[in-house]
Amino acid sequence: MTQTLDQIFVLAKHWLLGFLPAAIQPFCSALLSVVAIILVFATLFAITTWLERKGLGRMQNRLGPNRVGPCGLLQPLADGIKSLTKEDIVPAAADHAVHFMAPVLLVAASFLGYAVLPIGRNMVLTNLNAGVLYFFAVGSLMELAVFMAGWSSRSKYSLLGAMRAIAQMISYEVPLVLASIVVILHTGSLSTVAIVDRQAVYTGIWPHWFVFTPWGLAGFVLFMVAATAESNRSPFDLPEGESEIIAGYYIEYSGFKFALFFLGEYIGMFATSAMAITLFLGGWAAPFSFLTWVPSYLWFFAKLLAIISAFIWVRGTLPRLRMDQLMNLAWQFMLPMTLINLLAAGVWQFMPAGVARWPVCAAIVAVPFLLLARGLKQKRKFQLRTYRFSQ
Amino acid sequence: MLGDGILKGLAETARNFFGSYVSRDRLTTIQYPEQRDPQIEAARSFPFLVFDGADWQQGLRCVSCQICEKECPPKCIFIEKSKDKKPDAVGKPQFYPVRFDIDISVCMSCQICVEVCPFDAIKMDVDYDLSTDDRFGGLLLDRQRLAKSNEHYNKIHPTEAAAVDAALAEERAKAKAAAEAKASAAAKAATEAKAAAVANPAPAPQPAAGESQ
Ligand code: SF4
Ligand code: SF4
Repeated sequence: MTQTLDQIFVLAKHWLLGFLPAAIQPFCSALLSVVAIILVFATLFAITTWLERKGLGRMQNRLGPNRVGPCGLLQPLADGIKSLTKEDIVPAAADHAVHFMAPVLLVAASFLGYAVLPIGRNMVLTNLNAGVLYFFAVGSLMELAVFMAGWSSRSKYSLLGAMRAIAQMISYEVPLVLASIVVILHTGSLSTVAIVDRQAVYTGIWPHWFVFTPWGLAGFVLFMVAATAESNRSPFDLPEGESEIIAGYYIEYSGFKFALFFLGEYIGMFATSAMAITLFLGGWAAPFSFLTWVPSYLWFFAKLLAIISAFIWVRGTLPRLRMDQLMNLAWQFMLPMTLINLLAAGVWQFMPAGVARWPVCAAIVAVPFLLLARGLKQKRKFQLRTYRFSQ
Repeated sequence: MLGDGILKGLAETARNFFGSYVSRDRLTTIQYPEQRDPQIEAARSFPFLVFDGADWQQGLRCVSCQICEKECPPKCIFIEKSKDKKPDAVGKPQFYPVRFDIDISVCMSCQICVEVCPFDAIKMDVDYDLSTDDRFGGLLLDRQRLAKSNEHYNKIHPTEAAAVDAALAEERAKAKAAAEAKASAAAKAATEAKAAAVANPAPAPQPAAGESQ
């Protein structure tokens, strides 16, 4: 029974495909999965916008949306209708074709990553043996879309926002990939399915999630920080800094194209969060061995929602960084820490299994972290600013 | 340590988040169309025309002197003077506006029209939910939409209105006394004239001329 419940979507797909001639079955199978993924994550996007507005409101002691539908639950629908009916304005000087392509490409690129994300047991679109590599490769397509948007709008703010976005995304892509390499180092596989399978085993009641190892924990935190920056979320939302460059690269977009940017950004955020879950939080695996009867996809979405909540929480807390702070964090802190973490994972790999490797690996991560933190703090000395021209 | 400030901040927002579910008085939101903050007396939005009595057309205090029209900085008042006269708030025959429009999409709520009006005829309203789906006609208020009763004025600005009412009452009393004196003088003159006419009926026009002086 629990088996059927767990595999219900897989079985349903097979049952549906049974009605089709064998020749087009593979194609239709892919099509079905794609449609399902798009529908599910677009719905999740709607839920997340509601959650975000509610959560941020509560953090600021406000009520959040509460007019449309019960508890304002239909607010995303109203927002969607609003943005659909709005006038679509394209600047006269804009490069029309590229201006139109950018949001489409962004959404398409953000959806591409889902091809390798295992949403549940046996529920993955393609089990690529270079899945993680593929994921990061299509993830960088988003940068292209962002720059297309900024460049084609022919606006200073757009261009500035796009430059910021590119600088930020490229800088943080390095720690993002380096943080996930530890997992690949440990599992010896680039396939997301294999990575999750390695974590879905239990010692007693405890799972073998990578986040429960010293290098896994450090890797997870670093990955999440880099993922926040990668998806342009607060506190790294400089590309769209409303107070400085109004809305950054999508300032010249209105109506549904603007909504597409929003959608793409959120879908991208879900994808990186799902990748973090896959790499460190055991994917669809249950947190305790006695909870394995709960369908695997439910675990996946529970974890995803938890990470989304954390994103919202961080957004409600932290102010936006300055450009130099952002870059310093990436190159002076994130990069060395990911490299050190890589070293810790390597040591873990070569030490005999046992209790000894725990403190050693933990120390390899923690000591440099403390030293680095102290060093970065001491460097922050203030001095009287001198002006060259205004005195 | 690096990051403890972030943790402190996270704790603070979490406290706010859960606190907003526990204690109601944390939430300062006012559910606007259903709930409203009590209006403070000094509040002001756009001007309106005060009228006395029940009939707004009869009771309009405005005498169409057009001072406000000239003084209004963005020139959003338009007045058309009447040809005939009607009694004003004090009872004197005066002109009245046959057209009095204020374009509140232009009005900047400066209250200068109120300051300059010598007849206490124009005052500031407190209505603020004036949104309309007709951005031209809906925001060009005509005489009828501008006219609001003195009771309304008393309700929104009690102290100010009381002072205005007192001043007006005084003026009315003065006007009434003057009228009475005039009437009694006229009556006296009339009786005198009658008496004179009775005494020597031949040169009648003389006392009549004396009366008019
Ligand atoms: S409040 Fe100021 S702007 Fe408005 S009508 Fe009066 S004088 Fe004109
Ligand atoms: S509102 Fe006052 S100032 Fe304006 S025309 Fe009427 S009486 Fe004159």
